[in-house]
Amino acid sequence: MIKIQVDMDTCQHYGQCVFEAPKIFHLNDDDKLEYLAEVDDDERGNVEAAVDVCPMQAIRIVE
Amino acid sequence: MTTAPVVIVGASMGGLRTAEALRRAGYSGPITIIGDEVHAPYNRPPLSKEVLSTEVTHEAVAFPARAATADVEWMLGRRVVSANLEAHTVTTADGAVVPYRALVVATGLRPRRLPVPPLAGRHAVRTLDDAMALRTELIPGARVVVVGSGFIGCEVAATAMKLGCAVTIVSPSAEPLIRPLGRMLGAELRRRHEASGIAFRMGRTVAALEGGSVLTGVVLDDGTSLDADVVIEALGSEANTEWLDGSGLDVSDGVLVDDAMRAIGADNTVRDDVFAVGDVARFPNRMFDAEPRRIEHWNIPTDTGKRAGAVLAAQLAGTADEPVSQSFTPMPAFWSIQLNVDLQAYGLPGLADSERVLEGDLAGDVIIGYYRRETLVGVVGLGMKAALVPYRRQIAGD
Repeated sequence: MIKIQVDMDTCQHYGQCVFEAPKIFHLNDDDKLEYLAEVDDDERGNVEAAVDVCPMQAIRIVE
Repeated sequence: MTTAPVVIVGASMGGLRTAEALRRAGYSGPITIIGDEVHAPYNRPPLSKEVLSTEVTHEAVAFPARAATADVEWMLGRRVVSANLEAHTVTTADGAVVPYRALVVATGLRPRRLPVPPLAGRHAVRTLDDAMALRTELIPGARVVVVGSGFIGCEVAATAMKLGCAVTIVSPSAEPLIRPLGRMLGAELRRRHEASGIAFRMGRTVAALEGGSVLTGVVLDDGTSLDADVVIEALGSEANTEWLDGSGLDVSDGVLVDDAMRAIGADNTVRDDVFAVGDVARFPNRMFDAEPRRIEHWNIPTDTGKRAGAVLAAQLAGTADEPVSQSFTPMPAFWSIQLNVDLQAYGLPGLADSERVLEGDLAGDVIIGYYRRETLVGVVGLGMKAALVPYRRQIAGD
């Protein structure tokens, strides 16, 4: 399993992660980010891509 | 004989993403990254915001290190001054000659400066050290003149305002952000910033700075003078390509590359041993047309670095045709936080010949569409983040 942490004080809900990993991240009806905190290892590539595209660099993979 | 490394010049976001992509695509040979800053790659957007207002360390803005690139050799605090594309070497300012198997140019941009003598109180914001030096002077009551009204100028002005400074923006443009965002939104952003207390002197340039060794004022081209403790030069950027002058590459505006990020040589031939990524790369994006452009938006170093790394790794493995044949049409994406303005954009609004409100109200939350010959080429939202997504798809042609 991969553990994901998003710093919600830093997150500005721009939703770039949603394009890279739509199974893990999404914007709700109030334009706020929601995400799964634990995902399968085979999602690592998508999670790393989501980390890369976050303009606030708010997403961390907890190793 | 040992194999020469892939040498990446520029310890930047684009350089780092290229190295990571090389590893991801299976290249396991040596990689050397040379950078003139002493810091490992870090995220620049906070430099015009958080780094100016609070004590922020390099660690807080550095990109996370990944296991795959743990064996990269870093040469930090070393400026590359020349390249010899025939001999396959680059040379640093301290005389080190570094051989390469392939060269990746990721040297980015530097701020354009006012053509005036050095003076305490003059600042620009490009590097972490720049921002840390400016932070100590943005104290409550400081009189701050920001020269330039692009994203850096407007963001720095907004941060200085928040810190209690008295802020004036001086710009030759008719409206702030007019080139990337158009006149309608530029005027609205000026209105919002004026309501927050930022003064604007639009259509004006700086004629001179006043002060003996320390800045006391800024003289404009109409003869008026503004008292100032700090001047921040946000006049746009110049590409760092002097070290490639005379190399045979087209460096007339950054490094000209094809859509696989491979440099175009003197006789219009594509080089398979020199790549460019990030702000410094001038590449065609067929999402819009065949015209090569440099794109100074945040996501471009990542997108072009991933592209260059994938193509180069395949090429070193003898299978370059596969990634090269795939189209590369990265969606420009950018963001800006300025006081109560929270802006998000996709595409290239600057290409448009017309613009109109698509949703909402210009005075509140709004989405503006930018059209070139009635094709949507850009979209900008103030608020309304989820509602932007369908327009992003429309620009991409999905």
